[in-house]
Amino acid sequence: MFKIVTKEKLCPVVDFFKIEAPAVAKKAKAGQFVVVRIDEVGERIPLTLADWDAREGTVSLVAMQVGTTTYKLASLNPGDYIMDLIGPLGVPSEIDNFGAVVCVGGGVGVAPVYPIARALKQVGNKVITIMGARSKDLLFWEERLNSVSDELIVTTDDGTYARKGVVTEPLKEVLERDKGISRVIAIGPALMMKFCSLTTKPFGVTTIVSLNSIMVDGTGMCGCCRVSVGDETKFVCVNGPEFDGHQVDWDLLFARQRIYCDEERHSLELWKAHHCQHS
Amino acid sequence: MEGKSKPKLDLNRLAMPRQDPKVRAKNFNEVALGYTHEMALKEATRCIQCPKQPCIGGCPVNIDIPDFIKAVQDNDMPEAVRILKSKNALPGICGRVCPQETQCEEVCTLSKKGAPIAIGRLERYVADWEREHSSELASSPNPPPSTGKKVAIIGSGPAGLTCAADLAKLGHQVTIFEAIHVAGGVLMYGIPEFRLPKAIVQGEVDYVKSLGIEIRLDSVMGKLATVDELLGGGYEAVFLGTGAGLPMFLNIPGENLNGVYSANEFLTRVNLMKAYLFPEYDTPIKIGKKVAVIGGGNVAMDAARCALRLGADEVHIIYRRSRVEMPARKEEVENAEEEGIIFKFLTNPKRFIGNEQYWVTSIECYEMELGEPDASGRRRPIIKEGSEFTVEVDVAIVALGTTPNPLIPSTTIGLETRKNGTVVADEETGKTVKDKVWAGGDVVTGAATVISAMGAGKQAAASIDAYLKQK
Repeated sequence: MFKIVTKEKLCPVVDFFKIEAPAVAKKAKAGQFVVVRIDEVGERIPLTLADWDAREGTVSLVAMQVGTTTYKLASLNPGDYIMDLIGPLGVPSEIDNFGAVVCVGGGVGVAPVYPIARALKQVGNKVITIMGARSKDLLFWEERLNSVSDELIVTTDDGTYARKGVVTEPLKEVLERDKGISRVIAIGPALMMKFCSLTTKPFGVTTIVSLNSIMVDGTGMCGCCRVSVGDETKFVCVNGPEFDGHQVDWDLLFARQRIYCDEERHSLELWKAHHCQHS
Repeated sequence: MEGKSKPKLDLNRLAMPRQDPKVRAKNFNEVALGYTHEMALKEATRCIQCPKQPCIGGCPVNIDIPDFIKAVQDNDMPEAVRILKSKNALPGICGRVCPQETQCEEVCTLSKKGAPIAIGRLERYVADWEREHSSELASSPNPPPSTGKKVAIIGSGPAGLTCAADLAKLGHQVTIFEAIHVAGGVLMYGIPEFRLPKAIVQGEVDYVKSLGIEIRLDSVMGKLATVDELLGGGYEAVFLGTGAGLPMFLNIPGENLNGVYSANEFLTRVNLMKAYLFPEYDTPIKIGKKVAVIGGGNVAMDAARCALRLGADEVHIIYRRSRVEMPARKEEVENAEEEGIIFKFLTNPKRFIGNEQYWVTSIECYEMELGEPDASGRRRPIIKEGSEFTVEVDVAIVALGTTPNPLIPSTTIGLETRKNGTVVADEETGKTVKDKVWAGGDVVTGAATVISAMGAGKQAAASIDAYLKQK
């Protein structure tokens, strides 16, 4: 059992959690994820670390309410426990002094980008961060990202805050303007990561994406998370989650993310009906 | 002369009641129902208590089989339990999933007459009797004096549990680290409920815990701590019982289409995550109408029978050799056939074909023929050129076998591994080439049986104990 010590609402459907997991916190590195299971009947889902604190013995997660598990998580409060938290899993981000890098965070992808940007900044990179959301009320951690970036560009799809548009537009401008950029890290919805990769391709800049496949065990046992990268099958859980975005077969990833669409909807409807009855 | 007349041999091996195939194909309850008390006594009485006792040597953990059967003959069940458990911490599991027909029962003296004692069924009966009467029995045996030595065991499958139990009985302080959220390894995620009820596994895991063993769940070793960190952190020996958890794929076109599962994923969803109880449990699974399972081992049988129970209309097993080469237990093949699984022998997939939504719709297959025996001693399957045909499916399950997870070997300096990922360890003792590290079970042999893993765990425990004592 893992105790929730802090909960903070970042936007109407996105919550920040600090959870007691001292052993995981001691080993965590930027880019890694954990698998969580909320209760006895729960599903196992992966969540990329938003932060950790080895001294305090906590890990931080940011989760958007999309399915039964994330709704269940959002219904919990400080003092409550989640059944299982397993990690740190996956290969950590490659952190090196690349010179100048662009970190792109879309939606809840802003959360896992934060520790990566911070680590890249710490080893001496010039960090330009682009963060975007559909709308102003879905934006969070602007200040936090700003604190680890040399330059921060914010976009909203609907123009309700900062620059109107999607993240690929400023990404392209930065690459045109600054020829010294040697790496782009893009994390967010799969579609956004695909378009970031398409944007950077003509510039020949290495583009790292963090894939969010469906997983069960998260340790290489089931192969549910397999993706095709450069025509080779890879397991996101143990070979990733980060891959070269120019090599990823995005259409396959989109299809595999939709495998259980119907079941997920059904499960969530039942949970909502049941939950509303009891609260 | 009267006293010298031999007792008449009873060659009527007693069958075990099973659920009707038509009924059981639609539920996840246990197929085999177990002996009644009278049946157990009757079957036990057939044992002639021969002086040679070949059965003991046929058992990978050397259970005193004639003695426990004698106790059943005498209707002394607590004594039968005691004898069984002195060698085997997991009798309810072994009584169900051991391939007795190639072990103790194969060498039984009555086997020559075609009617070996049903040792497995008796073992199961005794284990089940104990569980039903646990409240009347004395609780766990008095703990042995502590040696103060700490041993870490990685993996809580059959090898790890057995090694842990033996070490704890010798007074060592044992901690098991388990990567997932329940203990039992393949017993929980792999073998289905209808063959090995999870309550039985839980009961035997609880027994192992009652010996004073701590099981730390949700602990992925190699990530959370390395083997060297464990050794540096107070553990004087480490046993690797991490199994063979990585699924093998065919590596043919279309294999990443939706609807194509590894048997590991399919079984993990069903058994561990209880997807057969969706939506009561949150983990979903796709219930195919037409399902094909590729492979001929026990795992293929398990996956096919699970698919049928989930509600598939038609389940095929596609196997590239013929019936006689199938590695699955005969009993499981028969069970599968009775339930209506369709076998397609001498058939091998060429590619998976999908629709625009990336869902698998069919498998293009080759017809095969058998050539000369290969390295495994089985006749090698050869493609019949131009024989391609398609099998319609909406779910396909690849059950080709598994290899060890590289998580520990890749994070442990000084461990020797083979090309197939297995860890090199001494056959007799389980000692690896790395100081203070032992290994046993599937991680050493590649995917094998529960009981052989238990045997390896036992041997390693003896070797670890000898090492700790001379330290």
